[in-house]
Amino acid sequence: MAIDLRKKVAIIGAAETDRLGIIPDMSEIELHAQAARNAILDAGISKDQIDGIASAGQSPVAVADILGIVPQYVDGTSVGGCSFMLHVAHAVAALVAGYCNFVLITHGESGRSRVGKGPWSSTPASIQGQFEAPYGTAGAPTQFTVPIVRHMKTFGTTEEQLAAVAVATRRWAALNPRAMFRDPITIEDVLNSRLIAWPLHLLECCLVTDGGGALILTTAEKARDFRKPPVYILGTGEGCENVMISTMHDFTESRSFKRAADRAFRLAGIERKDVDHLMLYDAFVHTPMYALEALGFVKPGESGPFFAEMRSAPGGDLPINTNGGGLSYTHTGMYGMFALQESVRQLRGEAAAQLPNVKISLAHGPGGMFSASGTVIMTNQL
Amino acid sequence: MTTTRPKPLPRPTPETAPFWEGCKQRELRLPFCTVCQRYFFYPRRYCPTCLSDAITWRKASGRGTLHTYIINHRPAPGFEQDAPYVIAIVQLDEGPRLMTNIINVEPQPENLIPDMPVEVVFEDASAEITLPKFQPVRTERND
Repeated sequence: MAIDLRKKVAIIGAAETDRLGIIPDMSEIELHAQAARNAILDAGISKDQIDGIASAGQSPVAVADILGIVPQYVDGTSVGGCSFMLHVAHAVAALVAGYCNFVLITHGESGRSRVGKGPWSSTPASIQGQFEAPYGTAGAPTQFTVPIVRHMKTFGTTEEQLAAVAVATRRWAALNPRAMFRDPITIEDVLNSRLIAWPLHLLECCLVTDGGGALILTTAEKARDFRKPPVYILGTGEGCENVMISTMHDFTESRSFKRAADRAFRLAGIERKDVDHLMLYDAFVHTPMYALEALGFVKPGESGPFFAEMRSAPGGDLPINTNGGGLSYTHTGMYGMFALQESVRQLRGEAAAQLPNVKISLAHGPGGMFSASGTVIMTNQL
Repeated sequence: MTTTRPKPLPRPTPETAPFWEGCKQRELRLPFCTVCQRYFFYPRRYCPTCLSDAITWRKASGRGTLHTYIINHRPAPGFEQDAPYVIAIVQLDEGPRLMTNIINVEPQPENLIPDMPVEVVFEDASAEITLPKFQPVRTERND
């Protein structure tokens, strides 16, 4: 019998680095440190109270050390951009179990300037090195994008529908002064931008930036003692599937997305219609489309028309990626932290493009090339 | 292009060596689970369906269909001369899928229709490594 973990744990601190975008004067570990310090200030907590550390990209050991913390809970789960959703999921269990009292989750990435960051590397003897790299793959734009044509073939998804995701997301970015790209764009602008990997064009691919973010979590009882209104965790899910894009079981749907989403909704005990706001990690335009379908907000194949009708855009019936997303706000490489940050801002009433009456927000992301997945459902209602 | 960086080549492991040895001999060989009676890919020691170790290698037909693909305009290091090039997933007639390049066709969407038949072409990449690539099956064959 599962333990009811709903609203047992809350986010009490949430912050990003001072700047996002191009930060050549800070090394990657310092981006972690600044995000952590900002979250500590946001919560109004003493650093010495923090006894749990979770991080990806940089080791949690390095993060604990640079902050001068000796934790009794350590989570180094690193499965790509959704790692922070998994950190939240694990922190909920750890806090309820009494492993620790305050968990600090950090992200920092010098994705653009690559200061204090190792080089790209692939091992020729790895599975990917043997069965993908020899065919000219060059990172996410050449791997994450491979399923799209199958979605088009199966459901009749069009290039215009794909482009609409970028247009809708840019409309949110226009409302956010911290977004990197804020000028309005049209479907034609998107389709006329440079081809990266047909069927995708430049404006359908995420930004590459520097930045970071951090969260602090504690039990619901302790959460009352801090300065910001608690954001309670309702449900979490996680999953993983293919080590390479080429071994994805079905190129029209992600099993890892479904695993994560199904668990999150089951543990949260809510319906899809109860969700007011979605943050769907957008590394490329198809990523939120696959997520919307896997999460069950639309039927398989219906995400194309959904986005084309601007239902996710300002004024639409299901706001998605209200910070401007990885497509227009920021994308350091492991974007999941920024999806969580915007969910917290919307639930606190602190967002740049603040929605009215947000009670439940969901953040969902992939890790690797549909390889892993994490879902977090949050609420401001006790 | 002034860069002449080498293309990345696979380094076979004990589990995958029969695949690469087959390619060198211009045979597409696939691991086959004698318990499940089915092929799988990528090669590994135990069947991904039943975890049996009763794995044999069988020669595949080299035929399949184009399952999905991209036309890559942003070449990987070493592939500058090739861009744009097709990175594809081929659905083999035997069941498994693999990543490959579709060659001997102009890389345009109208030439690359999902589910079109394709066949293996072996391309020597070095003295040790031969890569299985695929090309559209010609409809009018005289052989």
